[in-house]
Amino acid sequence: METLLRDAAAAAGGEKIRALKVRVGPLSGVVVDALRFAFESMAPGTAAEGARLDVVETRPEFRCPDCGRLYETPVGAYRCPGCGSARGELAAGNEMELESIEVQ
Amino acid sequence: MCESCGCGETAGHWHDHGHEHGHEHTHVHGHDHGVAGGRIIPVRSNALALNQRLADQNRGWFRAKGWTVFNLLSSPGSGKTALLERTLAALDGSAALVGDLQTERDADRLRAAAGESRAVQITTGETCHLDAHMVAHALDRLPGDGVRWLFIENVGNLVCPASFDLGEKRRVVLLSVTEGEDKPLKYPVIFREADLVLVTKNDLAAAVEFDRAAAEANIRQVAPKAEILAVSSKTGEGMEDWLRWVRAQGE
Repeated sequence: METLLRDAAAAAGGEKIRALKVRVGPLSGVVVDALRFAFESMAPGTAAEGARLDVVETRPEFRCPDCGRLYETPVGAYRCPGCGSARGELAAGNEMELESIEVQ
Repeated sequence: MCESCGCGETAGHWHDHGHEHGHEHTHVHGHDHGVAGGRIIPVRSNALALNQRLADQNRGWFRAKGWTVFNLLSSPGSGKTALLERTLAALDGSAALVGDLQTERDADRLRAAAGESRAVQITTGETCHLDAHMVAHALDRLPGDGVRWLFIENVGNLVCPASFDLGEKRRVVLLSVTEGEDKPLKYPVIFREADLVLVTKNDLAAAVEFDRAAAEANIRQVAPKAEILAVSSKTGEGMEDWLRWVRAQGE
């Protein structure tokens, strides 16, 4: 959250931030409620004071190296639905990124 | 963190900065911002990018030194330190970094078991996980000479440490029999990238009616790539298999 607020302030270049849009994957280890709580407790006194936090939650996505299939899957079930391979490589779902900010 | 320790990492400058130019971004893409008139500035900065860069640096350093490095993760009290007491004593050229919020107790235990120079404590203060930056600094306090195997005992926590690559070659997640067979299903993220799941405190398995088949099925579901071994640091059961696995990772 510290990093996010710092990046947001740098991007805003002194302007007041109205909203932050972050992308969070379920495999990032980041708990969205905890992120919101951290935002509420840390934003006051920064350029993001009073801003809205928009969280976009992504879904885990894997690419199967055996059959080439790209598949979405819930957390905790990673096998390729096409060929059953357990070697799927993570393609999405571990994001913890500040996508954009909205300023006045 | 980096700004305050003087290590040369400038955390504020690692990412691609958002636009500092003045052009207006149009709102052709359907954002759901409620207040009219706001201007969207794309940033696309990854909060974990700095850690990843430092982890890659650590990995390069380990490779140059010829060290094989393991990141040990588990809940508090599942037997990481007890496992390392035995492991360091049995494995020549091994050393450990141990992470805790407070105290040198774990490092003291390891030094008592294996020798004064074999363990370095990282006290994280209020931080619930180790990151690549803390590890890089702790390396300065390891003797260096004669090290071949490095075990990094992460802070006991099944959530946050999952997000932080430390530069390790292999990830080992410990699951003690007293924690229950369904722990992997409850904390799937940390198990996903495990190379090995080590079932610990196996001497207690009968006493707690540990259902090994159910536990293994759960592990295979959330950690499809992981090998599974069972050990007891108390009786020594399974230690040879564990040490054989460790040595095989160095090849």
